Amino acid sequence: MKRVINVTVINQSGVLNRVTGLLMKRQFNIESITVGHTEQPNISKMTFVVNIEDETKLEQLVKQLSKQIDVIKVNDITDNAIVLRELALVKVVSPANLRLEMNAIVEPFRPQVIDTSKNVVTYQVVGNPEKIDAFIELIRPYGIKELTRTGVTASVRESQKIDTPQLSIL
Amino acid sequence: MTAKLSTNEKVDSSKAAQPAEQTKPRNGSDILIQALHDQGVDTIFGYPGGAVLNVYDALYKNPIRHILTRHEQGAIHAAEGYARVLNKPGVVLVTSGPGATNLVTGITDAMIDSIPLVVLTGQVATNVIGSDAFQEADVIGITTPITKHNYQVQNVNDIPRIVKEAFHIANSGRKGPVLIDFPKNISGAVFDESFAQNANEEIYLPGYQPNTKPNYLQIQKAMNEISNAKKPLILAGAGVLFAEAQEELTEFVEKFNIPVINTLLGLGSIHGDHQLNYGMAGMHGAAVANDAIQKADLLINIGARFDDRLTGDTKAFAPNATVVHIDIDPAEIGKNIPTDIPIVADAKEALKAMLKKDIQAPDTAAWVDFLNQKRDEFPYWYVEDENAILPQQVIEKVHTITNGDAIVSTDVGQHQMWAAQYYRHNHSHQWITSGGLGTMGFGFPAAIGAQFAKPDKKVVSIVGDAGFQMTLQEIGLLKEFNLPVKVVIVNNGALGMVRQWQELFYDQRYSQSLMPVQPDFVKLAEAYGIKGVRITKAEELDTVFADAINSDEPVIIDAQVKQLENVYPMVPAGKSLDAIVGVKKP
Repeated sequence: MKRVINVTVINQSGVLNRVTGLLMKRQFNIESITVGHTEQPNISKMTFVVNIEDETKLEQLVKQLSKQIDVIKVNDITDNAIVLRELALVKVVSPANLRLEMNAIVEPFRPQVIDTSKNVVTYQVVGNPEKIDAFIELIRPYGIKELTRTGVTASVRESQKIDTPQLSIL
Repeated sequence: MTAKLSTNEKVDSSKAAQPAEQTKPRNGSDILIQALHDQGVDTIFGYPGGAVLNVYDALYKNPIRHILTRHEQGAIHAAEGYARVLNKPGVVLVTSGPGATNLVTGITDAMIDSIPLVVLTGQVATNVIGSDAFQEADVIGITTPITKHNYQVQNVNDIPRIVKEAFHIANSGRKGPVLIDFPKNISGAVFDESFAQNANEEIYLPGYQPNTKPNYLQIQKAMNEISNAKKPLILAGAGVLFAEAQEELTEFVEKFNIPVINTLLGLGSIHGDHQLNYGMAGMHGAAVANDAIQKADLLINIGARFDDRLTGDTKAFAPNATVVHIDIDPAEIGKNIPTDIPIVADAKEALKAMLKKDIQAPDTAAWVDFLNQKRDEFPYWYVEDENAILPQQVIEKVHTITNGDAIVSTDVGQHQMWAAQYYRHNHSHQWITSGGLGTMGFGFPAAIGAQFAKPDKKVVSIVGDAGFQMTLQEIGLLKEFNLPVKVVIVNNGALGMVRQWQELFYDQRYSQSLMPVQPDFVKLAEAYGIKGVRITKAEELDTVFADAINSDEPVIIDAQVKQLENVYPMVPAGKSLDAIVGVKKP
């Protein structure tokens, strides 16, 4: 199963190595990883997407990460209401006679054209990973020259759905 | 005993607090040594080199005792032995590059066995780090997965804080090794004295808050289970020793009449001859201990980590038991064995909380009777041989001669298992062995560290002929400090455990497990200027051997034993504890 894990760390040299090294040592499979500063000085946040076999493995992952001295907090946010975003830069072959057609076709994804040359156009597309996958599949037949993805970053929504059991009206 | 710990007399705390008459400003090395002193360090095991010359210069003026081993690996195993005996961090100081990489085995060993160490490594100057400079190694990169935490000092003024944090991390929570990497320019840089008071500031580590107090409700749940249990069993691991909870454990065991078994590293957490102690469990554990696990309806693990050498096949482990697991490290709970009642706490705190609860004590009389019968029926056994010394006899003799009062260290292999079986571990912190990593070459230097820790105690190092040859260069220390360590080489001219597995599982194809050429260990001892003796007949155990163990000087004893002896009982690797073989004398 795919899990999204947020890890809050002290921004010290080597901390990324500690975290990824640990995942490697314990044989976890990282699908993507993003890191950046937070609103607090010296605190960074990492977002991992990992493929995990079962609950026990997941529990181990969270516990082992929490054990690191430089790790302040570990949250598996997969089951929360979250915002997931990824950015992709897609360079596509785009001869002048096809360009209008292409722009029309990708329109629903609201990509931005951030670079053009005679035969190539570069789209920037932002969204959850599935949306980006779909965009790529759509544009692939035109000939992708280069593809760069940032990996997922995520944050928990302010209002969470409250799980209340359906109460019988009787 | 007359251990000539010559430099010991130099230790004088009043002198150390004052960093000599200050004519020149203090540098990073002075601050480091002062910080070690503030942590109560009086002994360092180490080996100098280019990158730590500044530190050794600061040490030269200081009363902290430095033990110059013959190899860095000797230094770190000695520090491990020292830490095991005193239950406080051992300190190691080595140079950059090869000095640091020679520690890797010892650091890993300490990590897996939770031994508190503070390891200080030199490093090349910060302006050449990353340039493949002379004796440069990426020590932080190399040791990140094998330390509890590591630091590279980037600013001389951070030293007081880092050293303080390092000792705190090493010696709290689940203990372990912490490494500090010192670039040479930092150790020589002038310290800004306004940072000196940082040493008094409280430690601030937001990501490290080990939980020591148990959850009240979990304790209540565990006690309810105990109250209802018919066949409760306590598995006591090294966590009991680290928490110094030996008394609480004994009180608990007696109060509720619950049988107890030990892990290899937990030996000594309860008296070896205690009526309710059924010995060591696991691959070469007592038949009764393993049987107890398989039949128990409640298994209370206190400070053990369900290592695979204990559990065998985890799916078939303790099939009837509700599992209570008390551990200071939450990551251990549920890692190997599904746990019904987790209790994250220090073993002492948890046992205290459990002792406070008044519950209906379980009726365990029938269970205890059953185990007593099993214990009598299936003791450890060996078949005497009138033409050879049996290795088990050697260990038994060590026990009788020392009255079970000695500190015993072992190496790894057959002799280690026999020492666990036949030496009855009556006291805590007197059993030093490499459990998790199984490091050959560990036993002898660890004994040296133990003797430095307890100069007045009898220290016996039980080693195999192969493992001893991995670190025997440290004999030099026995001579230099007149350390009265007794080295008992259980000499079967083989890598015994490897050979045993080849006999049992590889049709006796003894591939590279026999070692026909050995040094003359007696002459070797004599070459170093200490005493060496050899025994080849069982009757010499009461004469030559006993005299050697009883003597007050260092002795190396070459006990030539039967080569083809096997360790039994045995649970074949990966099999269920029920698959135990060799429980009875044929």
